[in-house]
Amino acid sequence: MTSSTLAPEAPAADEGRPRPGLGTAIRAYVSAVRGGDVGALPAVLGLVVLTLVFSILRPSTFTNAFNFANLINQSAALIVIAMGLVFVLLLGEIDLSAGFSAGTAASIMGIVLTRQGHPWWLAIIAGLVTGAVIGTCIGMLVARLGIPSFVVTLAAFLGLQGVLLKLIGEGGTISVRDPVLLALNNNNLPVWLGWVLFAVVVGAYAYVSLRRAAARRADGLHADAIEVVLAKVAVLAVLLGAATWYLSTERSRNPAVTSIKGVPEVIVLLVALLVLLNFLLGRTAFGRHVYAVGGNAEAARRAGINVQRVKLLCFVLCSTLAAIGGFLLASRDNSISPTTGGAETLLYAVGAAVIGGTSLFGGKGKMMDAVLGGLVIAIIINGMGLLNQPSSVVYMVTGVVLLVAASVDAISRRRAAATGRV
Amino acid sequence: MTMPSTTDAPSADPAPEALLQLRGVNKSFGAVHVLQDVDFDTYAGQVTALVGDNGAGKSTLIKGIAGIYGFDSGMYTFDGHRVTVTNPKQANALGIEVVYQDLALCDNLDIVHNLFLGREITKGGRLDEAAMERRAAETLAGLSVRTVKSIRQLVASLSGGQRQTVAIARSVIWNSRVVILDEPTAALGVAQTEQVLKLVRRLADNGLAVVLISHNLNDVFEVADNISVLYLGRMAAQVRSADVTRNQVVELITSGRSGALGLGAAALTAGPADGTEPTGPLTNAEAS
Repeated sequence: MTSSTLAPEAPAADEGRPRPGLGTAIRAYVSAVRGGDVGALPAVLGLVVLTLVFSILRPSTFTNAFNFANLINQSAALIVIAMGLVFVLLLGEIDLSAGFSAGTAASIMGIVLTRQGHPWWLAIIAGLVTGAVIGTCIGMLVARLGIPSFVVTLAAFLGLQGVLLKLIGEGGTISVRDPVLLALNNNNLPVWLGWVLFAVVVGAYAYVSLRRAAARRADGLHADAIEVVLAKVAVLAVLLGAATWYLSTERSRNPAVTSIKGVPEVIVLLVALLVLLNFLLGRTAFGRHVYAVGGNAEAARRAGINVQRVKLLCFVLCSTLAAIGGFLLASRDNSISPTTGGAETLLYAVGAAVIGGTSLFGGKGKMMDAVLGGLVIAIIINGMGLLNQPSSVVYMVTGVVLLVAASVDAISRRRAAATGRV
Repeated sequence: MTMPSTTDAPSADPAPEALLQLRGVNKSFGAVHVLQDVDFDTYAGQVTALVGDNGAGKSTLIKGIAGIYGFDSGMYTFDGHRVTVTNPKQANALGIEVVYQDLALCDNLDIVHNLFLGREITKGGRLDEAAMERRAAETLAGLSVRTVKSIRQLVASLSGGQRQTVAIARSVIWNSRVVILDEPTAALGVAQTEQVLKLVRRLADNGLAVVLISHNLNDVFEVADNISVLYLGRMAAQVRSADVTRNQVVELITSGRSGALGLGAAALTAGPADGTEPTGPLTNAEAS
């Protein structure tokens, strides 16, 4: 469908400099990786290795479709919280309170929903506002007063834990019974809608990237060769197609009683957030300013960028996304307790972003990092559970993986410094 | 104001109207009187070197011009109009750009991103990468910059001279009229220094008023049309570089006067009593 629009531009690319093909693109990528610009490679390799290891150790339970869908639902909240953290980490800051921001926002949502009996959408809005308010307070203290974010968010981590306990009551829980909220991170799309989603995502990706390449070529600027763009589209189509197909198979243990199949509904939310936040970070002036502040705050200030405003907005985004993560946690657990978003949630989310390739030093990272890193951590937790390993081992393994990821970051940084790629 | 009387013989050429003119500018930080009645002129199409020893007030002067802070008193005239400049945006609006010594570049962004940092071109809320890339390429071509491989490479991968070039290109991309360069060659090797000085000369030849701060008199005499010497917060002399020797400039920098030129001469003609006062005002007199 899109190839017809490309036909007129294609000949124009042949004149002038030698046409870059798939081979040159691959060579350029290999040399970039060797130079220390590893990007998402470690996370992707980690995903492949972990999947292979667990598939070999637990061939029946790990690889079945039920567990695959389960994995997506388990990682969804982690991924969304990590997406928010990417904004803060890009600044070179940290938000230790994101986990309890998630819990607090979820508890406000639960209270509005159950104790006050308001409709689900009002509860969601209340939760989002809670997240935004928390983010505003943290952002103000960090950006305006100049208190290190580590200290501010450590205080918020402790304080919000208390707020959560106060809201819910010691030992209490708020159960979520609203069908819409329960569906959020438990239900699946009908099989046909899953395929529609697949077609929309792949089609949109192909359309956008081909159009961009064509526009750049028409402008006489350097653009990826058509083969490279098509290859990327093909890889995406194959991966997503296989996943959609697998998720569309029957995965109920007893299909006669209940049928479980289809792409989890939460995927729609994840894709929407990924597209939206990617756009915000990559294609708007605000996103560019986030990278600039993270790379060199003084340079950004002198360039006329309102550094305080950028910081404030990043903390607001982080806490608001954490609120969404809190809704997913509540939906998955069917309830909100004083430990929602507590324990290791925050550390896993930071770990997810770092494993995905976001630097703790600021200025380097992408939204996709949160997704890939979140999946890596979810697979470890899930796979170790299937191996019947105690929590002690799960924690130790997760710790080692995080350390490996941080080492890859540090080593690639040194290589990058040597070859000037940052 | 003291200068014309002492050097009126050589400066008989038709002096053009100064693009940027400061008259009797003062600036204090608390008790420290950093700039005292400083006059300063820059001309379109000319390179004006601003020299002086450490602590002479060069940075304070350019920060005042750039609007990092306002001057306490004095007249700031731009293009024949009296203006008030108390923040960087006002200076930028006039077309005044400063390239600081640390360049203020973001290593994690590419050349195009750095050139448009803080002033991105957007179309319907989206960054217009194509427009920015085209304009970046035009600007670099206009400066005859051909040492950069790709304008999409990260600034971290550039050499010192190339980084300086990017910083200078950023200062001219918005049709600026005055470009102030703070020690652009301080950290560069011989070949790169030569490149940057050529670029500085080209800026002036393109009609910009260039202010070059430098400790290196070789550089100054190579590219500057005018030399302004600051000495302990006072403008010791503003001369044409063709009219002075290197030794005279060194003397002006180190003692504030050289023969008929400089502060001491003015002070002597005004009143013999304070002939030895150069350090006085900074340390005691103005402190109270």
